[in-house]
Amino acid sequence: MKVLLDIFEKTRKDLFGPGKPLEKFEPGYDAAETFLFSPVHTTKKGPHVRDAVDTKRYMSMVIAALIPALIFGIYNAGYQAQLATSQSIDCASCFIEGLKLVVPLIILSYAVGGTWEAIFAVVRKHPINEGFLVTGLLFPLILPPTIPLWQAAIGISFGVVIGKEVFGGTGMNVLNPALVARAFCFFSYPGKMSGDNVWVHISDPAKMVDGFSGATPLAIAAAHTKTAATDPNVVEALTAKGFSFMAMFSGLIPGSIGETSTVAILLGALFLAIVGVASFRTMIACVFGAMVTGLIFYNFAPASAAGIYHLPPHLHLVMGGFAFGCVFMATDPVSSAATNTGKLIYGFGIGVLAVLIRTVNPAYPEGMMLAILFMNVFAPLIDFYVIQVHVADRRRKHE
Amino acid sequence: MNSTELISLAVSSIFVNNILLANFLGMCSFLAVSKKVETAMGLGIAVTFVLAIVCPVNWVLYQYIFKAGALVWISEDLAHIDLSFLKFISFIAVIAAMIQIIEMFMDKYMPSLYAALGIFLPLIAVNCAILGAALFMVERDYSLIESGVFGIASGIGWWLAIIAMAAIRQKLVYSNVPVGLRGLGITFIITGLMAIGFMGFAGISL
Repeated sequence: MKVLLDIFEKTRKDLFGPGKPLEKFEPGYDAAETFLFSPVHTTKKGPHVRDAVDTKRYMSMVIAALIPALIFGIYNAGYQAQLATSQSIDCASCFIEGLKLVVPLIILSYAVGGTWEAIFAVVRKHPINEGFLVTGLLFPLILPPTIPLWQAAIGISFGVVIGKEVFGGTGMNVLNPALVARAFCFFSYPGKMSGDNVWVHISDPAKMVDGFSGATPLAIAAAHTKTAATDPNVVEALTAKGFSFMAMFSGLIPGSIGETSTVAILLGALFLAIVGVASFRTMIACVFGAMVTGLIFYNFAPASAAGIYHLPPHLHLVMGGFAFGCVFMATDPVSSAATNTGKLIYGFGIGVLAVLIRTVNPAYPEGMMLAILFMNVFAPLIDFYVIQVHVADRRRKHE
Repeated sequence: MNSTELISLAVSSIFVNNILLANFLGMCSFLAVSKKVETAMGLGIAVTFVLAIVCPVNWVLYQYIFKAGALVWISEDLAHIDLSFLKFISFIAVIAAMIQIIEMFMDKYMPSLYAALGIFLPLIAVNCAILGAALFMVERDYSLIESGVFGIASGIGWWLAIIAMAAIRQKLVYSNVPVGLRGLGITFIITGLMAIGFMGFAGISL
């Protein structure tokens, strides 16, 4: 380590120091150095927090928490592709196929987003923001595996520039940049972001297995209607298609790359909650909100309503992007509410809205992304009133 | 018109067809008075109040005076008269008169809010959200009760949007926005992003 440190010290002095040829590109150097070593400099202005964990280490924990979902996502993308074209589904070939689908997306997301990040860092003379490491990995994980690379590139550009850099970079944005990027793709290229044909990569349409649909469980539930008395209920209809609770919980189902496996996401959630990076309050409130709304629909929906109304609430938690959004997107410390009470309200709102949009909005089978964006918009307002109430409370107590 | 339909009309004008974020009406005062939550709150309440009164009043005027053949209640001979070309100017006159009353009321009972809103209170008179709501009401053939509910709900939608914007802008004080975008530029961008957030409701038919 000492050798490496010396090399860094020498490069800084000779190339990137004040007055040296590459001074302008110092942010790039700084990013590499602080990625490997904890920086020694301290904050110049208050508030000062004494902690061994700086923003970069903080963000690395999110990356670590994403690893189970990422590995499972790679495997599942390959598995679905192999299954749909009746090729061998042994572990190795699934992984190889999955790597072929997912790795280009991740490289692209880091390269394009990183370029924007570096341009802003150099022009605006701020260090390269740590948050980008997370955004750059979150974004590919919430995309369907078949998305054309150029669309993903435009999406991440929009997310990084409009979602984050115009506000000044990490920690200053209002909405979650990865979700802004996804929303941009979702509304600009709906044909490649939603529907039944985007979730599974079909290498050769001629080899497609009979009866293959590629629809996600949410789409099936939304399309299911109770027409005759003999018609199976929605849970049976899902199970018949291979989407039992356990299948959706373990995650070998079509969907966005990282979102399918609730188990892998739960591992990440546990890790994040233990190290204290993501707020368990937000997650619990979010699950609670979804359960309450799901229960209301489950019990009071008329029999003629679409299948999604009759979905038992616990199924909402394992379907679609709920778990992923709840653990990795809703808990984003920048765009979520900052006060503890605020987090409860904010999380609850996300849970309620996600199920509400899924159920009553026929235009979108999945509501998690838009629910989080909506609550991101209102998070500062929630904080403002939580603080006002607190101030009024204290004043009353001490007068 | 039963109560469920009224509730769904209210919900859809607050969220689905938010007058500000889906129709982009009432932008000027939205952009100008959204720097602090307190003042935004005041203006939001004022707009809601004005809309709640203006919509039904204009409905009555339109139905009984301006609509083609509306004057039959005076005499059968007037059935051929169509005064609907007068609706713009008379709607604006009603709005302006309402604002005048609210202004005098606020000056007397809420002087601090009156001072904070300053020029923007009289400017509500030309706030396109209010005229827009009045015209929507005519276009969509609402009944008297419906137009009242529509007025209140549109106002609440506008109010929600402006206080959310004000809270965001208060937080934005700590952001390092590029110099060229400070002020209106970044506010426009946030408005666009807020509209994306509200897109979740687009397409819901209640």
